[in-house]
Amino acid sequence: MINTIEEFRADTRAWLESNCPESIRGPAKDGELVWGGSRIEFLNEAQRLWFERMRDRGWFCPDWPTAYGGGGLTPEQDSVLQQELKRLKCRPPQINLGIWMLGPVLLEFGTEEQKQRLLPPMTRGEVRWCQGFSEPNAGSDLANLRTSAVDAGDHYVVNGSKIWTSYGDKSDWMYCLVRTDPHAAKKQEGISLVVLDMHADGVEVRPIDLISGKSAFCEVFFDNVKVPKDNLIGPLNGGWTLAKRLLQHERSAMSKFGDFCLPNHFDLMAIVSRYIPEDSQSAADIMLRAKATELALNEQAFNLSVRRMGEEARAGQDVSATAAIMKLVHTEQEKQKFELLVDVMGHRALGWDGDEFSEQELAISKAWLLSYTQTISGGSSEVQLNVIAKRVLELPDAPKGGAK
Amino acid sequence: MSLVYNEEQRMLLDTAQEFFAERSPVSALRALRDSGDELGFEPSVWREMTELGWTAIPFPERLGGLAFGYTGMGAVFESAGRQLSASPLLSSIVLCGSVLELGGSEAQQAQWLAEMISGSKRLALAVDEGARHNPERIELVAKRNDRGFELSGSKVMVVDGMGADGWIVAARTGAADDAISLFIVPAEAAGVSVSRQKLIDSRNTARLVFNQVEVAADALIGELDQGAEVLSLALDRGRACIAAELLGACESLFQTTLDYLRTRVQFDVPIGSFQALQHRAAWMHVDIELARSSLMAALEALDADDVQAGQLVSLAKWKVGQMADKVSNEAVQMHGGIGVTDELDVGLYFKRIRVLQALLGDADYHLNRAAPLLDAA
Repeated sequence: MINTIEEFRADTRAWLESNCPESIRGPAKDGELVWGGSRIEFLNEAQRLWFERMRDRGWFCPDWPTAYGGGGLTPEQDSVLQQELKRLKCRPPQINLGIWMLGPVLLEFGTEEQKQRLLPPMTRGEVRWCQGFSEPNAGSDLANLRTSAVDAGDHYVVNGSKIWTSYGDKSDWMYCLVRTDPHAAKKQEGISLVVLDMHADGVEVRPIDLISGKSAFCEVFFDNVKVPKDNLIGPLNGGWTLAKRLLQHERSAMSKFGDFCLPNHFDLMAIVSRYIPEDSQSAADIMLRAKATELALNEQAFNLSVRRMGEEARAGQDVSATAAIMKLVHTEQEKQKFELLVDVMGHRALGWDGDEFSEQELAISKAWLLSYTQTISGGSSEVQLNVIAKRVLELPDAPKGGAK
Repeated sequence: MSLVYNEEQRMLLDTAQEFFAERSPVSALRALRDSGDELGFEPSVWREMTELGWTAIPFPERLGGLAFGYTGMGAVFESAGRQLSASPLLSSIVLCGSVLELGGSEAQQAQWLAEMISGSKRLALAVDEGARHNPERIELVAKRNDRGFELSGSKVMVVDGMGADGWIVAARTGAADDAISLFIVPAEAAGVSVSRQKLIDSRNTARLVFNQVEVAADALIGELDQGAEVLSLALDRGRACIAAELLGACESLFQTTLDYLRTRVQFDVPIGSFQALQHRAAWMHVDIELARSSLMAALEALDADDVQAGQLVSLAKWKVGQMADKVSNEAVQMHGGIGVTDELDVGLYFKRIRVLQALLGDADYHLNRAAPLLDAA
């Protein structure tokens, strides 16, 4: 067995060495990643080659069964493949929410017909998926969602709207939470998960401009959209459980992003020393430097925590208490960092566009404004704190009204 | 090398937790305090710790040690912290033991180390002179004469300095900033006056005044004027162990606070159901997690002789110290009126935590120290 896995490692390494183009190795800049889907775009030939080679090997979904177009690897082989991809710093051949989030849920809860119909196009990178969860009145309180799916015989009729749908305007299909029982005793019990065609009649998508400018976020409106009943995933009114499972996959998917995205990283200490004279002894400058050091050290402590969590997980320990802090700490730290940069840089960090400001100054302004979305989306900081208090610290529930 | 205790270290952690809970629980510290004890620890507990081999953990085998490393030491200190257990493990083994291991001559090692490991003798390290920790500002002077050296000046915050068999003293021997030398001064040397600095944690802390104290030439550890490097590494090991003790104390105090939040009823509900308190408790959990990662990285770096060990130790002492201030303050506040009474152990934890925070550099000191090293990290 050891021999077989080591042979697999050697073969995999050799294959990757000769098939992953040099230019695809190392972190990618913003906008340099390939998103699978019907409107797929390659920036260069290397991206196309890498996409096609990985697709033909079934390695978009290496651990899915071959019957659905996956690579059919054992968990052990899959982890060897991931290690080898990481070793060469190969970028993913495509980004696809379908594969990362919906796929595993379909494999677990989908019917055979649904798996046959929906999974193979994912494994070929032909369909781009988006997520329809949040609504104008259902943000942190997701179970409050109102988009309705009404039984009309052989199909459902969907009405309502979704918000904060990333790349809704570029996606082919959506997995979407809808209310199928408005009279359920608990609001969580009247929700179902459906998949729907974004090109269908009655679907309208509007990109959202943020305080930072253009964004990937969209609003999606449904006006009597027909959704065949075959597109209900899991049990009717059983969508809440599936949604929680999807969000677990979201967390692990988001952590993968960090591996290959060139982070919008600004070297805090270097920037601080550029804008504050080294020899300045004014109390304000000394204080700003001390604050910057604090933030840099806290970032170091966070990075060490990421490493410790990985090592504990590999040692088979329960890491849920550490995992629960990750999103909260990272996004709060980023926000504080940009806040400090704005203090340090003064009006140089308040530019919107034009030649007056350097590229980096403008990038910092945008990143600062964008940092506000990070502590809100994907479970706001307040929700993260509730989760820590309840699940990790096991503090009692509030008597009424409070978030669950 | 890892940020996680391995199986052997985990076994040591379990053993140490059981040992301290049974032989040296918080009630023992309270009893020591109430009796006004100057020694600040139980000699019988110390003897048992030496019998368990814990005093041999950090030393190489050629010096009679177990070569089990500072990560192992961290496990012991963390466990001691949980129960506020007192012992001279920091002063004699980690601090003075390190100085002798790293800088001592064979004769000095032969004379002192074996007996320090067995517990029959103990030394204490005398570094600080001012209100706050600052090993870069040493003014106690050692002058060479034809018999050896003559020391004059004073030292404060000498941990376990009362009743020690001797002290390792950091002295200025030249004009250059780092012209520091280390001397072993036996307790019987003429001209040393020792007095207790009675601190809020009721431990053994001494002020030493050296009035033209003569020591022989062989009292010098290592080369003249070259003591700063050895001192710095010994201090870093001490700081990491203090951080481990602090983390243990804070985790224990945090658990006590959570228990109180779950059980204390006001307005007909447990106060832990109030979101205002839940979020503060959640932030404490966050800081404890970040502090643990920093501590484990410091211990790992010390064991690996990593060039970045100093930076990581300062990160750990800073992060753990900052967390400790928060957790101890919140523990008192969340316990309400009973939190400020002496009856509750919360106060004993609070007081020990605040002394550990100040010891060998508080969060501010280590923020300042870590900053210029950040680029390398």
